[in-house]
Amino acid sequence: MRRDRIIFETVRTTLTILIALLIGYVILLFATDKANEAFKWFLLGPLSTKRRIVELLNRTTPLIFTGLAVSVVFQAEIFNIGAEGQLFFGAVAATFAALYFPHIKFLQIILVMLFAMAAGGAWAAVPAYMKAKWNASELVSSLMMNYVAFFFGLYLVNYHMRDVNAGALVSYRFPRTAWLPRMLRRYNLHPGILIAIGFALLVWFFLYRTKYGYELRMVGKNKEFARFSGIKVENVVIYSQIISGMIAGLAGAIELMGLYKRFVWQMTPGYGFDGIIVALLARNNPLMVIPAALFISYLRTGSYVMGRMTGIAPEIVVMLQAIMILLITAEAFLAFWKRRMIEKSAMSREE
Amino acid sequence: MKAVQMINIVKVYPNGIVANNGVNFEVEVGEIHSLVGENGAGKTTLMKILFGIEQPTQGEIRIFEKPVHISSPHDAIKLGIGMVHQHFMLVPSLTVAENIVLGMEPTKAWGTTIDMDRAVEMVNEVAEKYGLPVPAKEVVLDLPVGIKQRIEILKALIRGAKILILDEPTAVLTPQETEELFVALKNLAKKGMTIIFISHKLNEVKEISDRITVLRDGKTMGTYRVEDVTEEEISRLMVGRDVELVIDRPPAKPGRVVLQVKDLSYYREDGVRVLKGVSFSLRSGEILGVAGVEGNGQRELVEILTGLRFGATGSIVLNGEEVLGLTAYDLRRKKVAHIPEDRIEKGAAVKASIAENLISDRYYKRPFSGRLVLFPKKVIEFAKKAIKMFSIKTDSPLTEVGMLSGGNMQKVVVAREFTSGADLLVADQPTRGIDVGSTEFVRKKIIEVRDSGVAVLLVSADLQEILQLSDRIIVMYKGEIVGYFDKNEGLTEEDLGYYMLGVKRHDPDRVKEAALL
Amino acid sequence: MNEVIKSILSAQFFYSVLRVTTPVLFAALGALLSDVAGVINIALEGLMLMSAFWGVMVSAWTGSAWIGLLAGVASAVLLSLALAYFHLNLKTDLILAGIALNMFASGSTVFLLYLFSGDKGSSSSVKSYVLPNVDIPGIKNIPILGDILSGHHVLTYIAFLSVFVVQYLIYKTPLGLRMRAVGENPNAAQSVGISVKRIKYTSLVLSGLMAGLGGAFLSMGYVSWFARDMTNGRGFIGLAAQALGGKSAYGSMWGALLFGAAEATSYTLQAIRIPSEFTNMLPFIFTIIALIIYARAKIMQIKKIREKQTSHEEVGL
Ligand SMILES: Nc1ncnc2c1ncn2[C@@H]1O[C@H](COP(=O)(O)OP(=O)(O)OP(=O)(O)O)[C@@H](O)[C@H]1O
Ligand SMILES: [Mg+2]
Repeated sequence: MRRDRIIFETVRTTLTILIALLIGYVILLFATDKANEAFKWFLLGPLSTKRRIVELLNRTTPLIFTGLAVSVVFQAEIFNIGAEGQLFFGAVAATFAALYFPHIKFLQIILVMLFAMAAGGAWAAVPAYMKAKWNASELVSSLMMNYVAFFFGLYLVNYHMRDVNAGALVSYRFPRTAWLPRMLRRYNLHPGILIAIGFALLVWFFLYRTKYGYELRMVGKNKEFARFSGIKVENVVIYSQIISGMIAGLAGAIELMGLYKRFVWQMTPGYGFDGIIVALLARNNPLMVIPAALFISYLRTGSYVMGRMTGIAPEIVVMLQAIMILLITAEAFLAFWKRRMIEKSAMSREE
Repeated sequence: MKAVQMINIVKVYPNGIVANNGVNFEVEVGEIHSLVGENGAGKTTLMKILFGIEQPTQGEIRIFEKPVHISSPHDAIKLGIGMVHQHFMLVPSLTVAENIVLGMEPTKAWGTTIDMDRAVEMVNEVAEKYGLPVPAKEVVLDLPVGIKQRIEILKALIRGAKILILDEPTAVLTPQETEELFVALKNLAKKGMTIIFISHKLNEVKEISDRITVLRDGKTMGTYRVEDVTEEEISRLMVGRDVELVIDRPPAKPGRVVLQVKDLSYYREDGVRVLKGVSFSLRSGEILGVAGVEGNGQRELVEILTGLRFGATGSIVLNGEEVLGLTAYDLRRKKVAHIPEDRIEKGAAVKASIAENLISDRYYKRPFSGRLVLFPKKVIEFAKKAIKMFSIKTDSPLTEVGMLSGGNMQKVVVAREFTSGADLLVADQPTRGIDVGSTEFVRKKIIEVRDSGVAVLLVSADLQEILQLSDRIIVMYKGEIVGYFDKNEGLTEEDLGYYMLGVKRHDPDRVKEAALL
Repeated sequence: MNEVIKSILSAQFFYSVLRVTTPVLFAALGALLSDVAGVINIALEGLMLMSAFWGVMVSAWTGSAWIGLLAGVASAVLLSLALAYFHLNLKTDLILAGIALNMFASGSTVFLLYLFSGDKGSSSSVKSYVLPNVDIPGIKNIPILGDILSGHHVLTYIAFLSVFVVQYLIYKTPLGLRMRAVGENPNAAQSVGISVKRIKYTSLVLSGLMAGLGGAFLSMGYVSWFARDMTNGRGFIGLAAQALGGKSAYGSMWGALLFGAAEATSYTLQAIRIPSEFTNMLPFIFTIIALIIYARAKIMQIKKIREKQTSHEEVGL
């Protein structure tokens, strides 16, 4: 029975991906006369060279973090979509810590991370407190906090940490003591992906194997029930959001220390919304966040490779991604067979 | 002529549960036909199929002897079928009239605007015609259950129902309200209405039906004329064993005072005063019954006592300590257990597993967890034991509670609260909507915990239950205690009913005895 | 400082409040129409963007701003139908579907823009037509009021008129009653034979219609070109405005006006060389404060009722 279902889900997912790809191919046919080539780069590009594999992994890292951050609050049925702002503000805090904290090997990396986590957590604490204390919609407040983080962060960077000698609007370069080490000699693969996977395990353990995780999940499943059972719902509302904010904040620090070595964003990088997608694809399960993030990252990387190799606008792939996400998560898509299968096996059990 | 024929119905839910497995069910025009069976036997499922909410996996349906395909409630309504659901299906913020005419609103100004006056008129017309008066212009939210019930019936009647399905309509009614309902139903039947009636109360089934169909495990056990079977026989057919309908209750051996409530008053958010100076006390090893029509302050009393509602004045002393204003978090830790009135909204997390539901009040303690970490093995172990002890019908402690039938869900709640090691157990409608077998079981357990020295506050609209279990009884009416009975011997349901409806009341001195021991 | 106050109190300021409120108001009404039926329309942002794009394109091809408007709105409605189809028929998670459609709108508009004009950033090379501004006779000549209220873009008037229409629709018409019923208790609606699916479809389409109007305003009134991601969060801000205002169209309007006022203020402040990062932040900080005040007021209200009652006496049941 269970095996049947797993087989079914695999078949279904494969089929939907194939259908989505087919649609993508058709769109490409309209868009270019090099459709075959473009399609090949999109599909296989991310694995075609070592550099691109590294690119794929590095791009997966922040998606795992924000996916985890969103999963935590979504498990508590809290609709905080502030990961975007928490990550951004965490990155700003990381910049500050990287530039002004004592430049001590290793120690500074840790301190930068902690500081970014604190900043992300603090940012998340605002909607958290407003929700717990006044029952104010966290959807609205966290969204607003995203914008505030963006503009306030830009102000701090552009007016206080800006490197005027650099060609673009960026901060000063981080000291080497605030660089994440390289894991490969020739490519910039930073250990962020390992930290992210570690966090996924940690968050899983937290949610499913600790008291606080249990509380959090029960609040998510039924708030009234949790209160009735003697769980302090307000506390859960607050700490779940702060934990989520810390994870998102950390992502900002790792992104800068690992990839850019300075603050580079004049637009929001969009990882927060990607995190929502990842979390929903993973059904808020921290372990499933890893493959979900990898999947989204693969699509992204594929589109950039295609863009670079053929000059086709990568935006076309954004469209394709949208279609894939829609089809893969469409529960009723091809559900007909599933129902038939369940009915058959249920009836045969009865006899 | 046959009004309904359901032939060889099979229903498999998407999760693989076989709720109906070849059911045959026939109803004659103009009869009142009862459908009985244990919790989870598949009664509601069968009726949902008839009303077009669920689609059968296999089987054939005929209405007035014509084969039909019912793919939505809309189809069912067109065929003249109406249904009053087990859980009310009303929109709380709308008025009575709006709820009733919803979907067939009378309009003015070329169909752009609802003609509210006309709607109220229409509602009053049907209400009068069938003798079911309702306050058409009031908002549904806070109306008493009896009225909500009537609204549900009117919803079906105004759409010209010729076949009326009632899924456990009496579970929430007082004897008087039930009596009124029965009069109305008998009238309807006389006018040619076909009525399908579902209930776990066999005396009611005996009283009202012409014929009875018994379901067990998704199969039909047979259809009987009501005069051919006794209550005992029906319950044996349902459960497959003999059920003791009368529970023997050894005399209580009350001990020290556990709970002392003094002068408790409370204003609800909308400014209505729903508790007026309520005082009573409760000792370990005894059961205090709280009788009353729903909506006379019992719900608020229970919620205040269990730390779910705040802002009351007066005093609540638990084990010698003032606890008024404490939260559920504190009270749970001071050994208060609570079986709530609503198992789906409060008593359980339907999307969590049975095991997770069973530990919700003790997950933080040994043996279920250490300082930080949960011990899943211990949790499962305990859940398995509880499932066995309380005979919860499931194949795994990891099953989601939402997949259980109503009665089994209730057993999960009961299992948790009975094993919590409490000093005070507040049981609010503990057997509502559960079958005879489970009811017997829960009532026996309540007496068992009493005898182990727990103080039990039993709130119930089911007077039979109150009389059967309580050592002392208070009656609430409009937020006050209007009656106090020390021993219930010789007391009848009718006697209590008069106090519940405010017709009779005790003088204040006698009511005070509830608090003075 | 005086300068700031003077410019805030000027008629021109209030005129611009109404102007910048318009797209947010459309979005808020769109949010309301779907929220009432119990569906959160996260895709508003994408719907607006879609409409902004097709409005410009079609008006350029046909030479008619009105046909452009029609096309823009139609594209938004189509996309909201897609949202409804995925959510209601294929059972995709509503929020996920909304986000995906936002991505789709963003990607497809940039891509098509590139195909049509060879430019990925904006449509400056495409000649778009703009819907007219309208003077209101009578009011136009009243001194200050005329300056504030008259001479607005035609869609600005439609936006504010829509407030009343939407309110009427939700609270007086059969459709509105059914939408509210579906939003509050779908089982109840189903039990009287209403097709929950059909009602949700309808409200999503209406929501798309509003978003379409808002999007068209952006590219054919506010400015006269299309730029990538030009909605710039207004769809989300519309959601926030609606959340502030509760289930009433008037509430949504006040929410939207709050944003409009804050945004207009921030433009004024920019004029006196306060860093734009700061001024841009203002609308959002205002909202957070408004949210706190609103949420606190609700709690205080309950407290007050109880206090008043305990000091007075006997109110029977
Ligand atoms: N929506 C559903 N999805 C999956 N299983 C369901 C669903 N509804 C009911 N079931 C299962 O189908 C079986 C029959 O349930 P049903 O509600 O018809 O029983 P019932 O006879 O009405 O019981 P009760 O007296 O408790 O109301 C039960 O095992 C129940 O767990
Ligand atoms: Mg049932």
